[in-house]
Amino acid sequence: MSDQDITFTIDGVEITAKPGQTIMEAADEAGIYIPRLCDHEGLRHQGGCRVCTVKANGRSVAACTQPAAAGIAVENENTHVNKMRRDLVEMLFHEGNHLCPICEASGNCELQAMAYRLEMVDPTRFPYLEPCRAVDASHPDIALDTNRCISCGRCIRASKDVDGKGVFGYVGRGIHRRVAVNGEDLAHTDADAADHAMSDEVCPVGCIIRKRVGFVTPIGEREFDKGLIGYEIEGKRRG
Amino acid sequence: MAEPRLIEISPVTRVEGHGKVTIHLDRDNNVDEARLHIVEFRGFERFIRGRLLWEVPVIVQRLCGICPVSHHLAAAKAMDVICGVDELPPTAEKMRRLMHYGQVMQSHVLHFFHLSAPDLLFGFGAPAEKRNIFEVIKENPELGRRAVLMRKFGQEIIEATAGKKIHGTGAIPGGINRNLPIETRDAFLKTIADMEEWALDALALARGYSLDHADIVDNFASFPSNFMSIVREGDGALDLYHGNLRALDPQGDVIFDQLEYSRYHEKIVEDVRSWSYMKFPFIRDLGAEKGWYRVGPLARMNTASFIDTPLANEAHKELKAVTGGAPNNAALNNHWARMIEVVHCVEKIRELLHDPDLQGTDLQAKGDRREEGVGVIEAPRGNLIHHYQVDENDQVTYCNLIVSTTHNNDAMNKAVKDVAVKHLSGHEQITEGMLNHVEVAIRAYDPCLSCATHALGQMPLQIELFDADGALVDSRAQAA
Ligand code: SF4
Ligand code: SF4
Ligand code: FES
Repeated sequence: MSDQDITFTIDGVEITAKPGQTIMEAADEAGIYIPRLCDHEGLRHQGGCRVCTVKANGRSVAACTQPAAAGIAVENENTHVNKMRRDLVEMLFHEGNHLCPICEASGNCELQAMAYRLEMVDPTRFPYLEPCRAVDASHPDIALDTNRCISCGRCIRASKDVDGKGVFGYVGRGIHRRVAVNGEDLAHTDADAADHAMSDEVCPVGCIIRKRVGFVTPIGEREFDKGLIGYEIEGKRRG
Repeated sequence: MAEPRLIEISPVTRVEGHGKVTIHLDRDNNVDEARLHIVEFRGFERFIRGRLLWEVPVIVQRLCGICPVSHHLAAAKAMDVICGVDELPPTAEKMRRLMHYGQVMQSHVLHFFHLSAPDLLFGFGAPAEKRNIFEVIKENPELGRRAVLMRKFGQEIIEATAGKKIHGTGAIPGGINRNLPIETRDAFLKTIADMEEWALDALALARGYSLDHADIVDNFASFPSNFMSIVREGDGALDLYHGNLRALDPQGDVIFDQLEYSRYHEKIVEDVRSWSYMKFPFIRDLGAEKGWYRVGPLARMNTASFIDTPLANEAHKELKAVTGGAPNNAALNNHWARMIEVVHCVEKIRELLHDPDLQGTDLQAKGDRREEGVGVIEAPRGNLIHHYQVDENDQVTYCNLIVSTTHNNDAMNKAVKDVAVKHLSGHEQITEGMLNHVEVAIRAYDPCLSCATHALGQMPLQIELFDADGALVDSRAQAA
């Protein structure tokens, strides 16, 4: 701990943060998991999905963009906060077309895993928007099923900031805003299977698909068969 | 004199579609015509278009809540072809076979104990309250216990090979995504002897019923027909997972044999009739009138030259002896045939469990992409055809499925009419026992609709009588 380090609490546990760190970054280092969907290691913070909402001194903030401040009391795991998060996740299911049993991302999908973590078990209350978008399989190595896209923008940032391309972008406004490729279809972009944007880790759901992989990983050996989402971060603390 | 009237029997279904029976009586209360209407979930062949080829074996399991594994495997076999794989690594082929034998076993056991046993033990005319599995268990608790455990064994085999008891992901184009760990194998080996003993007991029960009630069996929905299934390449043995098509006529003579199933459409035409959503396939060379055929366990017993496992083969010989080797026509003998197949599956499972290939690690083969593929399997209810075309982007452009219930469509209609003529004609009143007879005739074919509605006991039936002008004059319901 250096002189400039600051301390604050998350659910009563004292945490140290380096100057400039967000609440989430400090929490990660301390082995406390704050749920998230649009934020991803190595990518610019966006603060879009609000699944990382915490209460800082009673005020709702996005933990992925809010800088840690000395002395603040952060509430992360409580019924009220988790209910807000669950509502947000539930709405994402309603905006897209998610049929987990037939989705190859099932078991590796962060949206599904978040629903499990947040115990999204009650019958849903929102109307399904049931989009019906054609699969874009024009590219030889990658397919896009945007029925499952949650508009997190991770692919946009990965393509622009890491790959130096611009394969993806937002189109439309308000409720109609969604992610699309900058071209007629994926084959008409400079997308490449080696792009970071196309890697397994960037898309949190089953939207950006590597062709010919499918269900090759058996049930039981998929990412979230190993533990609830956040298990790696929480493991640091226990370990 | 009574007016002509229309009798409707509607099984109210939950999952597999919707079916009803209409019986048209003439002015003398004789059966004029009887039809089985099934509203199938036909949207599927459209829904699958545009999906990616490797998703298909998983997606198709949504087709049927009762035998998803059969669809999973038939689609995977079609996708093997499309991915240019003509021969799977031995571990993959054997894991898939294991999955399939587990599935056929659990499906047949479910059918036998839950759907057939009440009828066989209590008779078709027994009151509705009596004809269900709970009554069977009450009268014969040991039978009930075995039914549960045998079904569980089959389901655990499915789980070990597909990852889940329903909607697993095991079969992938060109192979399988897992092998069988030694510990799992050893757990199965502990109970396999019980399974064999119980399967033989159940077989004895089914055979005993058929032999002791020859009068009922021979006279109930028994009529000559053609039969079709796949049989093993070369020797024509029973093979539930793979082989070539064989069709026999009512005398047992060959109509076609060892036909590669990718050429099924050369021999089978799918007819459409205005009053039904379901197609009526027939054998092209014989024409629509004479070309209808039956598939299923009894059809397989008729088409198979022999069975390559000793206990089932003995049982097969006994069944064949009843008709002196000629095709067996009695629909009720499907129960006997199912139990022969359960014995066969248990024998096959035992054989596979002792095969070290199941612990192999070469799981998936690759090849050069093709545009079209057909996959055929013998599902518990009979022959199942999956046919796809896929474009250069790996998206499905065409899908044609012929499920067992469709193959049997004409036969089921004939069975319903046969029963209706014998049991309903000349009567003024429709009794519950008569309704049961119609239901049992349909159920002997094990169509998905009856199975789905009957899984927990009683098939809810509704009967409605209409006069010549279409006005409802009477109705009778059998509660679920
Ligand atoms: S993307 Fe995730 S949540 Fe959506 S269907 Fe696939 S597994 Fe389910
Ligand atoms: S495609 Fe995937 S990474 Fe891109 S916005 Fe949609 S969900 Fe996020
Ligand atoms: S993770 Fe913070 S807003 Fe999405």
